[in-house]
Amino acid sequence: MVAETVLDHAGMQARAWEAAAAVPDPEVPCVTVADLGILRSVAIDDDGVAVARVTPTYSGCPATLAIELAVETALREAGFDARVERVLSPAWTTDWIGEEAREKLRAYGIAPPAEASGSIRSLFGETQVSCPRCGSSDTSRISEFGSTPCKAHYRCEACLEPFDYFKCI
Amino acid sequence: MKEELFELLLRLADDHLVLGHRISEWCGHAPTLEEDLALPNIALDLIGQARSLYTYAGEIEGKGRDEDHLAYLRLEREYRNLLLVERPNGDFAHTILRQLYFSVFMQAWWREAVASTDETLAAIAAKAVKESVYHVRHAAEWTIRLGDGTEESARRMAAAVDALYRYTGELFETDQVTDSLAAAGVAPDPASLKDEWDRTIAEIFAEARLELPDPRTWQQTGGRKGFHGEEMGYLLAELQYVQRAYPGLTW
Repeated sequence: MVAETVLDHAGMQARAWEAAAAVPDPEVPCVTVADLGILRSVAIDDDGVAVARVTPTYSGCPATLAIELAVETALREAGFDARVERVLSPAWTTDWIGEEAREKLRAYGIAPPAEASGSIRSLFGETQVSCPRCGSSDTSRISEFGSTPCKAHYRCEACLEPFDYFKCI
Repeated sequence: MKEELFELLLRLADDHLVLGHRISEWCGHAPTLEEDLALPNIALDLIGQARSLYTYAGEIEGKGRDEDHLAYLRLEREYRNLLLVERPNGDFAHTILRQLYFSVFMQAWWREAVASTDETLAAIAAKAVKESVYHVRHAAEWTIRLGDGTEESARRMAAAVDALYRYTGELFETDQVTDSLAAAGVAPDPASLKDEWDRTIAEIFAEARLELPDPRTWQQTGGRKGFHGEEMGYLLAELQYVQRAYPGLTW
């Protein structure tokens, strides 16, 4: 009986993770919240409730609420009683975006974050960003702040296309 | 210690809410489309930081006040923000310089606060310090572009330096609240950040070909005690209108 409960618990947890992890990011729908590292964990608590832990990318990211709602909805649709908790620590970093997700971003037209974060760069440190369309590294920054808090606005000097760059943080 | 921590969180949250509100006033009015995106983006960061701080302040206080209550339902004299952040936007040079003065200070403050003995404050700091890097760069690049730009932009930048320097002394003020929290390793001693702030501002002003203000300039004070300028009332009228007119209204 005990062994069965434990087994079942693990199975439920895996199913709940699968359901929550499949939720696409509302602003960058080519990747999921799990790909981006926004979804930290899903656990089944003592009352059988699926508790998803989510961390915001930026303090004021307006998508945070939408993501929390979408994760909760996905868990409920998969048959779970669900609750979403917002966690601040450890602080989200672009290092949590996996290699596969970086490729998906590039294919979608967004240059993935270039360097490892954590290093607080010098005041005017320049970042090398390659064009997601033609691959040229001859690019220039138009604005540090793009269409969403997590992106900057760049232009490729080779193919002349403007593009978004997922900022390192 | 609980009372001091509540007071500190309120000061910090008020700084961020009021400055976030001020910058958001540029939305739709900024000089270029890129700035029209950049300024509200920075406002979002600041208001997001304010929300975390208010929520935590409410928990520490333990009287059931949440972020909305603290942001919308206090009177002017209960706001603890710096006078610097409530200054009107003025022209773009004034806005940028106010941003530079504040962000350079906060970047140093957050960096120290990452090691706070208070876990929640340390977690908020760990996020905020990374965001502040972008805020400093944005303000510094514009300060240089305008200071070392045309005759007109240099003149306006110099006017902003003259108008705003008297509000910077408040950044480094200490009192019983900051002293006891610094002694307990909860929050940095603001006075200890002055040298670094002076150095960074001097470095940026040198590149911008701006003259450093006279360090003996008389410094205005009062924000931390709830004494605000005339403009604060107008700001709160706009900020609080909906909750005052329709108490408890939600989207």
